[in-house]
Amino acid sequence: MLALEYESACLPDLLPLYYRRLFPFSQYYRWLNYGGLQKNYFKNREFSFTLKDDIYVRYQSFTTQNELEKEMQKMNPYKIDIGAIYSHRPNQHNTVKSGTFQALEKELVFDIDMTDYDDVRSCCSAADICTKCWTLMTIAIRILDRALRDDFGFQHLLWVYSGRRGVHCWVCDEAARKLSVAARSAVAEYLSLVKGGEETVKKVVLTDPIHPFIKESLVVVDQYFSQYALKDQDILGPKESVDKVLALVPEDVRKTLQQDFQNEKKPEARWKLLVDQASRKQGTAKKGQYFEKEIMLQYCYPRLDVNVSKGVNHLLKSPFSVHPKTGRISVPIDLKELDRFDPFAVPTISIICEELDRPVAEEDIKPEDVKDNEQDAAERRKIRDYKRTSLAKYVRYFDQFLDGMAQSWKGELLKKSDLQKEF
Amino acid sequence: MEFSSRRKKSVTKFQTELYGHALQFYGQPPVENISLSEFETFAVDRLKLLKTVENLGVSYVKQSEQYSTKLEKEFKNLSFPYRPDTDDRKAQNGESEYEKRRKDHISHFILRLAYCQTEDLRRWFIQQEVDLFRYRFNDLDPKCKLEFLHRNNLQYDTISVKEKKTLLDKLVSSSYAVSGITVENQDFYKVPFQDALDLVRTRKVYLKGGYVYIPHQDIITIVLNDFRTRLSKALALTARSLPAVHSDERLQPLLNHLSHAYVGQDYSIQKNIGKISLEQIDSLSGKSFPLCMRQLHQALRESHHLRHGGRMQYGLFLKGIGLSLEQALQFWRSEFIRGKVDADKFDKAYAYSIRHMFGKEGKRTDYTPYSCMKVILSNPPSQGDHHGCPFRHSDPELLKQKLQVYKVSPSGISQILELVKGMHYQLACQKYFELTHNIEDANFSLNHPNQYFIESQKVLGGGKDIKREADTPQRSQENTAAKGSTAARDPAANASQNLAEITEELDSFFQDARL
Repeated sequence: MLALEYESACLPDLLPLYYRRLFPFSQYYRWLNYGGLQKNYFKNREFSFTLKDDIYVRYQSFTTQNELEKEMQKMNPYKIDIGAIYSHRPNQHNTVKSGTFQALEKELVFDIDMTDYDDVRSCCSAADICTKCWTLMTIAIRILDRALRDDFGFQHLLWVYSGRRGVHCWVCDEAARKLSVAARSAVAEYLSLVKGGEETVKKVVLTDPIHPFIKESLVVVDQYFSQYALKDQDILGPKESVDKVLALVPEDVRKTLQQDFQNEKKPEARWKLLVDQASRKQGTAKKGQYFEKEIMLQYCYPRLDVNVSKGVNHLLKSPFSVHPKTGRISVPIDLKELDRFDPFAVPTISIICEELDRPVAEEDIKPEDVKDNEQDAAERRKIRDYKRTSLAKYVRYFDQFLDGMAQSWKGELLKKSDLQKEF
Repeated sequence: MEFSSRRKKSVTKFQTELYGHALQFYGQPPVENISLSEFETFAVDRLKLLKTVENLGVSYVKQSEQYSTKLEKEFKNLSFPYRPDTDDRKAQNGESEYEKRRKDHISHFILRLAYCQTEDLRRWFIQQEVDLFRYRFNDLDPKCKLEFLHRNNLQYDTISVKEKKTLLDKLVSSSYAVSGITVENQDFYKVPFQDALDLVRTRKVYLKGGYVYIPHQDIITIVLNDFRTRLSKALALTARSLPAVHSDERLQPLLNHLSHAYVGQDYSIQKNIGKISLEQIDSLSGKSFPLCMRQLHQALRESHHLRHGGRMQYGLFLKGIGLSLEQALQFWRSEFIRGKVDADKFDKAYAYSIRHMFGKEGKRTDYTPYSCMKVILSNPPSQGDHHGCPFRHSDPELLKQKLQVYKVSPSGISQILELVKGMHYQLACQKYFELTHNIEDANFSLNHPNQYFIESQKVLGGGKDIKREADTPQRSQENTAAKGSTAARDPAANASQNLAEITEELDSFFQDARL
């Protein structure tokens, strides 16, 4: 692969190519149409586009896949956001009486952003990420994916790399799409353990008994903690970091540990001392003393932007949208490959457009193409196009995800067609 | 039923049925005729009750000893049915118990009319009625609870003994209140998690595959959910039939007044608009801003940026104290461009939301500054945020340091921290007001950051005495109004005069007598 440097100045040249030949429109439509089970489900969906110079256009909506394609190819949005399914067509929202235009349904979404971990990562800050802190996203996905499946019973979870410094989750089950605002906020709060802003030092407080959900989450954190926190982030190495950790333990323990740490420099051993102190406390104190667990969670537990999950009408960056700053495509993440997922290996728009320009291998041209009418050929060419780029494996995974969802529609569709036959 | 026969308390079968239990789901609307004055008294009393419920919910932990005692007192004062076990002793013939239940029933339906009109009103009404219901249901003895469930046909799926055994560990570790014995002795209900959101939110229940497993002792959650859903639907229906009610000119003004009463003053009226210059803000923030705004102001000056939650809370506050749109734009721009945001980016990304705050964009709502309750209860701050209530959302240690920096005396700090510990955040803030303004007793009850500002300006401007004098005549006026409405028992005669009085009374009640 060519190491092609992405520059945002190239975006106006690359976007038309991307939307004409690479964007997986048919899968995209297949997703948002949800098997056509509910009338107007696609038509009443809000899209919003960010155009050149940060011009923001809300309440776009499209009646067919074709219309969506045409419009995107015309506008060439720098960024695409997906909103809710409304009571009316969003592009006509001005024509209906105010108050009647309402957001009805949307996928339950989660947004995890690396900037929210700034107080607990020493490698980078703000929008920067590296392979070290990316582990935080891996942990976040593991914990939330388990909880959403096992605890809440959802099945169709699409995890997407945001293109820069975070991940999104789209819970696509019908039950999830129909959740009320109150239910969404309850789910988000159930999943939130790290609480408090700049004015709070200790952001995780556990009480007796430790809920099964927290126990399960700790199991996940445990798998990563030693490598990630103790080695990569070295939270018990430099004095400054040690002080931050010790600020989270009870005062008497802090004094003991400060002394113990004088003679013990190895982070692993220091952590063991801390854990020993915790278990000693737990043996004596009546009330639960879980400071070692609290530290693990404060440093590793997923930090959700609760407001994104709460609102039905909240917009979230669409999968396969380009990130204008990095040029990387928002691609679905295959959880089977999660531990090997490398955000820096996600293709940029420059790379895939470049790959497109390479000569086509002989075996790709098949004789039947010639026979087909023009439109079919164009469609087929587009499919072939993305298959020649490094976008292919992400689209393939997206296909698998959609197949999984289609299984659940099958029953519904059969029921519907049976009903129709009766008449 | 006619007005005259009502006095004889002849009880129809319908009503015996309806008032057979101290608590009801308000499924059937009242069908009798009632006098206009009774209509008013009932409505005002229930509104007072709901207002108390709201205030207590902020000052105390719901279900705590103090919460219950205070609420019980209010029930007695306003003569609503508060202690259902008394009617066991007196049986059903206790007239007053019947009257109370009738009042409970009718007043609930009157307020439905007043509070169905907008989303905001509905939310407030539902919230208070749900809290009220929770208190009353919890107050029932186990037998009464079962009887209530039975009466209202509330049946939920239970899990088998075998399933209980396999889930034992999980059930026990899911809630502080559940032990091995509870699991053995009590029924567990398995319902979709959407029906028990309060338990899900606080992680007080075992959740598996989208279902929660609720021990019988927590059945209140499901019942409340049922209550909330029904009430919400009923209000939507009531809203549809409202035009018919509004055509009655006797009721319409009263209903409107009732519904306006809940918010108190909203501090969006910008009578002092433009009276504050941008240069004054720094010094005002030290003297007259409540701690939350002072903290936001400081954070903004230091980092030249505030995240969304902070911009909303602080921006609307500034609007409330009299910044004009132009001033606000200038204020935010000058600060933001000193940070990472350039002027161009500011105009594109932030100016819109400031104009939005002033009702110049989007759906053009003129947003009102946040009340203490909103700051304390909604949208808690997370990483990078400076908004919220410092008394609620700070570590006590940090709060202490901050107060020391602001030169609050050590004894004052410990008083404040004591209030914070008891979760009396608004009282803590009021104490902070008293200490920083050097007065003994603030003589108002704090519930809004903008109120803090206004009161502070009064004290600093020497306007305190004027305020006190102005208070006295208002109160006596309230008294006469109250007398007027109780004296005027004859309904038809001076209905309109009575209405004028009652609305006056309401106004002064809610301006003055907040807890």
